[in-house]
Amino acid sequence: MNRILSPRLAIVLLAAALLAYPLVLSGAFYRDVGVTFLLAAISASAWNIVGGYAGQVSVGHSMFFGLGAYIPLLFYTLWGWPPMAGIPAAIALSIGLSILIGMPTFRLTGHYFSMATIAVAELIRIFTGTWDFVGAAIGLQGPAIARGWWDLTFRSELPYYYLFLVVLAFLLAVTSFIERRRFGFYLRGIKASERAARSLGVPVRRTKMQALALSAAFTSVAGSLYVIKTGFIDPDSAFGILISVQMVIIAALGGAGTLFGPLVGALILIPLQSATNTWFGGGGSGLTYILYGGIIVLIARFEPGGLFDLWQRLVSRFRSSQAFAARSYELRNR
Amino acid sequence: MVFLQVIVGGLLLGAIYALFSSGLTLIWGMMNFINFAHGEFVMLGMYVAFLVVVWIGGGPAIFTLAAAFALLVLGVAIYLSLIRHVIRGPMLAQILSTFGLALLLRYTAFYIFSANFVSLPQTWLAGTVNLGGIYLPVAQLVGGVLAIILTLALHVLLTRTVIGSRLLAVAEDRAAAMLMGIRPDRMQMLAWGLSAGAAGIAGALMATAYPWSPSVGETFGLIAFVVVALGGFGSVLGSLYAGLIIGLIQAISAFWLGAIYKDIVVYGLFVALLWFRPQGLMGKA
Repeated sequence: MNRILSPRLAIVLLAAALLAYPLVLSGAFYRDVGVTFLLAAISASAWNIVGGYAGQVSVGHSMFFGLGAYIPLLFYTLWGWPPMAGIPAAIALSIGLSILIGMPTFRLTGHYFSMATIAVAELIRIFTGTWDFVGAAIGLQGPAIARGWWDLTFRSELPYYYLFLVVLAFLLAVTSFIERRRFGFYLRGIKASERAARSLGVPVRRTKMQALALSAAFTSVAGSLYVIKTGFIDPDSAFGILISVQMVIIAALGGAGTLFGPLVGALILIPLQSATNTWFGGGGSGLTYILYGGIIVLIARFEPGGLFDLWQRLVSRFRSSQAFAARSYELRNR
Repeated sequence: MVFLQVIVGGLLLGAIYALFSSGLTLIWGMMNFINFAHGEFVMLGMYVAFLVVVWIGGGPAIFTLAAAFALLVLGVAIYLSLIRHVIRGPMLAQILSTFGLALLLRYTAFYIFSANFVSLPQTWLAGTVNLGGIYLPVAQLVGGVLAIILTLALHVLLTRTVIGSRLLAVAEDRAAAMLMGIRPDRMQMLAWGLSAGAAGIAGALMATAYPWSPSVGETFGLIAFVVVALGGFGSVLGSLYAGLIIGLIQAISAFWLGAIYKDIVVYGLFVALLWFRPQGLMGKA
């Protein structure tokens, strides 16, 4: 083997780098970028289960993120419970919603699913903005000062960073477990050809439903983590289309349907986003989204497999040229 | 009388919904492809009309034709540079391509034109007409009637002409159409041009009667989904009926429930349709 870096070593190095990052770069800005990066990686990895592995492209995943964000603060506002107590209810609701969407659309071709997700997310966003019970357009506020550790309201970014890192590690472990199971093979079979998968006896609809439910549950957790950190939510930052867009673009950039694709995508996009926001100032958010749109179009046109695919092609080209060189050397010296 | 006025106003707006939705359904019927940027095409049609008025000072006929032509060219260009390459690719690439395009067009429009609402100066089609007690702005009336005529014209083009037969042949069986000497690539290019052109005209017609901002693209895109889902994917005549129905439902729900609920009702209808009748009113299962 002429590998420079074995996969196992690469993962150990990555984990070490992520663990050490906030201690090495301890400025407030760097830690903020780190926390944002982890949250984006969690959301995109959750999307990846149904959008990447199963190939069912959701463009409305913000509905699960938003549920995850709203329920904890709703529990706090209504009964004064610590926000964290709302997480199980949010997960249950998200799974319920995923069943409601998956049941009709998974009988049809993939485009229906995409259209349904975007329409439902928009429906919920507009509805939340008019519903006084959940604060209408103003939204909900969490505990301003921690009443105890269970409120998870910290002044420093550090506890959030490690909390998010643990969740990300757990999510990736679950994904990698699925990847090697029968379920993972079912998912990839459905993505490659639904008809072929069905004819081989794969329970297509049920498998797609399970993937969506799992993805919805983790996306909801990402929303809860977001709101526990920021302590504030409104319809646009919960259910807005850009929340969904970010999950899709990050996963697609790194490589949809690969274990570390979303992580790599977030590693590139989040620093880029922070940089453009700093360069262009407060009015730069519009330019960020123009950039997002451009990147998405370019990925779709030239590298639908994302950077992962590109990397694999480059490696195999390098290998074959090496093998060719070795072979011609042998022939010459015979 | 007020209620009758609401109904007629809803139908006139619905006619324009029908026109741009017929463009979306054409692409779906031709190549099983959903264009997520269709609403942005409508929005661009509005701004083309706006720019023509501001720069050249053209009348309604001129800016409507300009919007149609500009969007037709854009549709063909997008087909040639983007769609043609992703259509054989994975589902992810197909959906991402027009989804990314929608973001690109929407936020570029925000950047250039800002988020403020604009409207055309009312000099040509100003005033109202009195139709048996119902007062209608001339611009709305002309726009709605033209939209119905154009949607019917698209239907006739598809069902009664040689070009239409060629388009439908490619939609039905690409390989067989090729054997008959039809070039599928050209036909699909034409479909994209017609689709975007229809959206452009619809945008220009709406610009004469309603104010708008870059954010309308998202709303119109979703409305087009609902209209196409109701009318049946691939049916132009179906989208004409469905457009009128959606316009009507919107107007009535805005009247009874309040303006903020009109989109909630329409999107809710879409979800209900997906549950109970995914093939739409006139579509085949």
